[in-house]
Amino acid sequence: MIKIFIGGVGHKVLGLLAEAGGLWQLARASLKRLLVGPFHSDPVRIRSTIFLMVKAGYDSLPLAALIALLTGMIMALQSAQQLTEVGAIGLMPNLVAASIIRELAPLLTAIIVAGRYGSAVAAELGTMKVSQEIDALTVMGLDTISFLVVPRILALIISLPCLVLFADFVGISGGLIIAVGVLNLGANGYMQSTFDTLGMEDLAMGLVKAFVFAVIIALVSCQQGLKTRGGAEQVGQATTISVVHSIVLIIAADLFVTAIFYLKG
Amino acid sequence: MAESRPQIEARGLVKTYGEHRILDGLNLSVNRGETLVILGASGSGKSTLLRSLIGLGRPDDGSVLVQGIDIFSTDRLSLKALRCRMGVAFQGGALFGSMTLAENIDLPLSEFTGLPASTRRIITQIKLGMVGLEDAMDLLPSQISGGMRKRAALARALALDPEILFFDEPSAGLDPVTAAGLDLLILQLKKVFHVTLVVVTHELTSAFSIADRLALMHEGRFLIIGSPADVQKSKDPIVRRFLDRLPEDKRKTSDFYQRFIEEEGDAQSIPEVDNES
Ligand SMILES: Nc1ncnc2c1ncn2[C@@H]1O[C@H](COP(=O)(O)OP(=O)(O)OP(=O)(O)O)[C@@H](O)[C@H]1O
Ligand SMILES: [Mg+2]
Repeated sequence: MIKIFIGGVGHKVLGLLAEAGGLWQLARASLKRLLVGPFHSDPVRIRSTIFLMVKAGYDSLPLAALIALLTGMIMALQSAQQLTEVGAIGLMPNLVAASIIRELAPLLTAIIVAGRYGSAVAAELGTMKVSQEIDALTVMGLDTISFLVVPRILALIISLPCLVLFADFVGISGGLIIAVGVLNLGANGYMQSTFDTLGMEDLAMGLVKAFVFAVIIALVSCQQGLKTRGGAEQVGQATTISVVHSIVLIIAADLFVTAIFYLKG
Repeated sequence: MAESRPQIEARGLVKTYGEHRILDGLNLSVNRGETLVILGASGSGKSTLLRSLIGLGRPDDGSVLVQGIDIFSTDRLSLKALRCRMGVAFQGGALFGSMTLAENIDLPLSEFTGLPASTRRIITQIKLGMVGLEDAMDLLPSQISGGMRKRAALARALALDPEILFFDEPSAGLDPVTAAGLDLLILQLKKVFHVTLVVVTHELTSAFSIADRLALMHEGRFLIIGSPADVQKSKDPIVRRFLDRLPEDKRKTSDFYQRFIEEEGDAQSIPEVDNES
């Protein structure tokens, strides 16, 4: 019994290590293509990158905005309740803005994008793999990584931070709506104390997270898509796994980045 | 390039899946301008062999030389150049699902030729015209039939005027008229452009009409390889079984269609057979 359990755990661990190795290899290969590709007549594909940026960023705007707005409102209500008890309601704008910018906007936006863009990428590449389209690209002499993977990573690295900045703005507005509409605080005062207390470091932390999350989502979904074998069912599995793994890795990376900023500052 | 040197040379190919030895020390050589047709039962490893020849599935042992270049150990750039001289039409078509037929054929042109878009459009039109699909240019692969997809895949394989062409089951799933048209196209490619062809097929009629040499795969090797006449004369029981059993069925169907054509007097009214797997 114990043997089976340990065997099972060992198997899982080995599987995860293999997965991590695959991710690392894909990351290295992509970086290499990005940096030295242009010198070997393998340019970065600007057009498809822009097309994918629209898909990754613009198409997720409404959902990201909605979630940020609601989160801002929830944060305002939650902190108002706690802060009133200790008589420090004046700190509310600061608390809302800091949690949104440093933590919630990057995290929630990344999770939305993992669900929308990451799953779409895994499904697209998975379908291409099982229908031999990847093979067709290869025998045509086109490199899968520079043709498919690099644009998908680049697009997300650019659009996720933009989305996060947008979510910051909407989230703070959500807090403002609650402050003015429900708690009867002044709008000017609210914005004033928001801007007074926010530092570059808060913004930097949010953007570093957005960058790291973008790399995670793009790499995981491309890797899951490209290693798909079989048929439609496996494409579905690749899609699900890419979302689950992305989210787990995003949260782990979130802790890591937060800890670094904490230790440093 | 020297006429005498084989365009494709495979030595001692071995490929195993688990216990199963799909390729078992297979040797092969194809000369310039020659058409080699590979026959074999379903699952005998024809597609596996083809994948090795085009550098997709690395064999466990053995080597593949295409135009003298070892396809599994050459550097990236010469492999890329070599691949521009090779065209591959996959068993299932493998068209890019998010692109129209015209865009599918335009992709290798825009990637490798540097021609202006208007010229490429004309080339695309010509290539699709060769397979009778000029009217379907702006359709997506999902909007056309299986047989049309197969022909579009051929058009894409021809986009860069390859010197070597690989075909996996070109006529499976095509109606006899279109299939015969494809055979004709292959013969033309051979005659006019001296294209070297490796064709995998199940259609014996087609095999015998296009082949310079026929090879029958059995248990990971070629049981027999030779001119159609030689193969036809073979007394090997396995070869006989393969050749004699299938043609009977086939002849029945082609007779049926022959009568169909004569009675209707109009080849166009034959519905397209669309039973792609
Ligand atoms: N990726 C794989 N993993 C395991 N076995 C495989 C794999 N690919 C092919 N095979 C096995 O190899 C054998 C040969 O397959 P292959 O596709 O080459 O046959 P084929 O001759 O092309 O058949 P068909 O005429 O039906 O296309 C089959 O028995 C198949 O089960
Ligand atoms: Mg096959």
